[in-house]
Amino acid sequence: MFEYAPAPESRAIVDIRPTYGLFINGEFVDGGDPHKSINPATEEVLAEVSWADAADVDRAVRAAREAYDRVWGPMPGRDRAKYLFRIARLIQERSRELAVLESLDNGKPIRESRDVDLPLVAAHFFYYAGWADKLEYAGFGGRPTSQHSGPQPRPLGVAAQVIPWNFPLLMLAWKIAPALAAGNTVVLKPAETTPLTALLFAEICQQADLPAGVVNIVTGAGETGRALVEHPGVDKVAFTGSTEVGRAIARAVAGTRKKLTLELGGKAANIVFDDAPVDQAVEGIVNGIFFNQGHVCCAGSRLLVQESVADRVLESLKRRMAQLRVGDPLDKNTDIGAINSAAQLARIREISDSGSAEGAERWSPPCELPERGFWFAPTVFTGVTQAHRIAREEIFGPVLSVLTFRTPAEAVEKANNTPYGLSAGIWTDKGSRILWLADRLRAGVVWANTFNKFDPTSPFGGYKESGYGREGGRHGLEGYLNV
Amino acid sequence: MTATATSARSDLSELGRSETALRTFLHGLPGVDQVGAEQRAAQLGTRSIKTTAKAQAIDLAIRMVDLTTLEGADTPGKVRALAAKALRPDPADPSCPHVGAVCVYPAMVPHVAEVLRGSGVHLASVATAFPSGQAPLEIKLADTRAAVEAGADEIDMVINRGAFLAGRYSEVHDEIVATKDACGDAHLKVILETGELATYDNVRRASWLAMLAGGDFIKTSTGKVPVAATLPVTLVMLEAVRDFRAATGRQVGVKPAGGIKTTKDAIKYLVMVNETVGADWLDPDWFRFGASSLLNDLLMQRTKLTTGVYPGPDYFTLD
Amino acid sequence: MSERVAVRKTYKLFIGGKFPRSESGRSYLVQDTNVSLASRKDARDAVVAARAAVPGWAGATAYNRGQILYRVAEMLEGRREQFVALGVPADEVDAAIDRWVWYAGWSDKLPQVYGGANPVAGPYFNLSAPEPTGVVAVVAPQSPALLGLVSVVAPAIVTGNTVVAAASPSAPLAAVTLAEVLATSDLPGGVVNILTGRITETVPTLANHLDVNAIDLTGVTDADLATDLEVGAAQNLKRVLRPAPADHDWFADPGITRMTALLETKTVWHPKGT
Repeated sequence: MFEYAPAPESRAIVDIRPTYGLFINGEFVDGGDPHKSINPATEEVLAEVSWADAADVDRAVRAAREAYDRVWGPMPGRDRAKYLFRIARLIQERSRELAVLESLDNGKPIRESRDVDLPLVAAHFFYYAGWADKLEYAGFGGRPTSQHSGPQPRPLGVAAQVIPWNFPLLMLAWKIAPALAAGNTVVLKPAETTPLTALLFAEICQQADLPAGVVNIVTGAGETGRALVEHPGVDKVAFTGSTEVGRAIARAVAGTRKKLTLELGGKAANIVFDDAPVDQAVEGIVNGIFFNQGHVCCAGSRLLVQESVADRVLESLKRRMAQLRVGDPLDKNTDIGAINSAAQLARIREISDSGSAEGAERWSPPCELPERGFWFAPTVFTGVTQAHRIAREEIFGPVLSVLTFRTPAEAVEKANNTPYGLSAGIWTDKGSRILWLADRLRAGVVWANTFNKFDPTSPFGGYKESGYGREGGRHGLEGYLNV
Repeated sequence: MTATATSARSDLSELGRSETALRTFLHGLPGVDQVGAEQRAAQLGTRSIKTTAKAQAIDLAIRMVDLTTLEGADTPGKVRALAAKALRPDPADPSCPHVGAVCVYPAMVPHVAEVLRGSGVHLASVATAFPSGQAPLEIKLADTRAAVEAGADEIDMVINRGAFLAGRYSEVHDEIVATKDACGDAHLKVILETGELATYDNVRRASWLAMLAGGDFIKTSTGKVPVAATLPVTLVMLEAVRDFRAATGRQVGVKPAGGIKTTKDAIKYLVMVNETVGADWLDPDWFRFGASSLLNDLLMQRTKLTTGVYPGPDYFTLD
Repeated sequence: MSERVAVRKTYKLFIGGKFPRSESGRSYLVQDTNVSLASRKDARDAVVAARAAVPGWAGATAYNRGQILYRVAEMLEGRREQFVALGVPADEVDAAIDRWVWYAGWSDKLPQVYGGANPVAGPYFNLSAPEPTGVVAVVAPQSPALLGLVSVVAPAIVTGNTVVAAASPSAPLAAVTLAEVLATSDLPGGVVNILTGRITETVPTLANHLDVNAIDLTGVTDADLATDLEVGAAQNLKRVLRPAPADHDWFADPGITRMTALLETKTVWHPKGT
């Protein structure tokens, strides 16, 4: 047997302070109301972080407004670009530190934070940096940066941004980079369980000499988020998270001038045909649902496999799942890390138990889970029908529901039979069938013979209850301009 | 499942009798998506193998080396020295295992046989008008018989790539069958020369063709064309032997050859074997490296692990 | 010889390509005419008709949709005098005709302008293309009754959406007459459905309807009502266009945002390999 020895990434590179305040107007300020941020893999306390109240949020919004009016709004695009390029470079230079901190705070494997999250974070800033002085070419007409006169598009002002815990720094990049490139200033609230990389990003803003108030970070939970999106001083609200909270935010901004973009939940179908490149399809299924512990809004959580190859595909899938290495997120060989929080673990357990109770067959490979921390073995349910909760509700964990279909039309019908519409996967060697399906799937991102690929140039976002607006590409600017 | 495997077994044995059946079968194999296969291979390449795992991997890799010289300039003296190295790769460390085999041209087999006799190190000979295979079948078979008679217990044959690319699968198949027959008790490794097959779909088909025809091993390359072994090609071949065993019950070995020069490379291959086909193939009987310079790097890394000191190339024999 | 007795027209709803009376049997007197007073049930029926029309209309070629919108302009041109006789200013009728022509040309251009290939950092084909969001509820501006209605309906349907439109309650005759134009322009039944009556009666049903994908509140003048409708729309995350400012110039170049607000961008990835 070939047993891999532990290969832990050193955490010495990260210097976590015992306490963190809020980042407002270019400085860390005391926020009060300290809460512990823990490492979900060990339940060890990493730091104490302030939760901002309404008064703190108000200070942050005022700082952002001031920065917008006095500095960032009037600044030529070419200079905004330089700050963003600077930030991109600092992220590249400090990528190991950021990756380790992300894995510590979030529980995701270092292989992913190092090879996926951080490269994409830097690429996102790099991409949008280049837009800052080219907005008149973005296809929205006019010169958006000309201030306060005429019908030409221009930045919105102060953007309130609320992001989730699954890709803390990447979601920050998706929010902050286009907002700043378009000329807005931001107040961003990271998730309460994963605030640390956002706070390190605040240090990077200082290191880049970004003008005070352009980026403000207020940490906290739902109440902080509510105070931020409901603040009358914000012009734009951008949210990534659950559909339930997205709905509440849509109600909260009703009747205001605030422009809203929402990137919400999903229940993506990953459709495998009998002529699929089966080994790559199995990799795609695994990547689709077990990437980032399944804490992915676009996860391929419903496997729709053509009945004629279902047994064979499932056999391959189970064999592959047995190779997944679950454990210490900082071990470079770990494939599946820790569930982000006790609350999320409870939710995954509850809905998985419903799958068993409703008659689906549950399977997990033999794997030893650590005693401390929050863990859930990669799980597949077979014999699932559209009526099962596990086929309809977003689980946001490493749990795959397998359904079968007979014809392409049935695959489309089942894939679209959900209030969500974020993503979908297609696996077949037949090109014309891919295009036929891609036309019919009601989803914002369709991965054909691949899955869970992201790029700053490529628009991402959902149909139906998966939200509205797109992040990435030229489309990603639209939510931050008054066009 | 057992019933399926049994019926599949009887089906497959008939395939070689008909060009149509063979073609239908090979073209019915699942496609390989190039990007996906290469990404999987690259991802496996990021595994971090340290300390005890590395020591274990290095010794296993040494035991899997087919220490090879295939040059026009090979002489009896050269190949005897190589054989001596195969037996005792690190003269300074008796705990160092011997390699899997020595691999030479047929004319060199007698000289190597003298050195290896009774050692447990196998003697492999290339044959069948290696490396191009462009000779009449009788000559290729005679080449094979001569090598076996001279003492080779493993034959590394080349497939007829021209026939394969022209779609004459039966011809390729029948040549392998005939060569296997000429081998007698010697193990047959079938070189696909994947660099000339160009696509992973072809690699998968050629792998199945070689296995259906009775090959004991499938091997990537001769080392004589610009593209030799790669991780993704080896991945596709490993998937083929895995699926072939599931279908027929017969296990076939895999040998990447050419271009594998460092311990780091070798470990990537072992990780790939481990996570694609599992422990059953982590044995010199089922996985080999066709290499020459790889051995010294393995020895250097081995010494580093045992002594804690990075040695230089001057401390290892050049043969 | 006695003077000929004119044949009067009954102004009815336009649902699924047909002209039914309100299922409620009600009408209201406006512009000296009895006009159907649409009910909540009529609004739901219109949504059903609009949904049924989505696959055919969204699946039609852009060229075909452009031809049909241009046909609407032709038909409207032919009935120019009829609209003038209803009290619509001639320049407004002309602007409405021109607007159909303008939008007709967008059908096969917007996907090029608003979509395209994305240069991702990897061996992938990556293409973004806009698609219709589905069923769109629109509240037409109170005034100008014809140009306003055309200006909210045309940008919704040109890209493949289907529409349930609440016509201006105070000037519905132009809307119903426009429906007659649409019915004779090869526009498939259900692509445009027009409700006459009270905004407060029909539009909340549309805003709260879970089978409606977007709502355009352009013609809502009551700010509290607009907020309530937007809150209702949040239930299934409808795309929302907020009310237009009172001083909006309907004769100005409309830009593309009325179209893009009702589109979904779909991005397709595929590896490039041999």
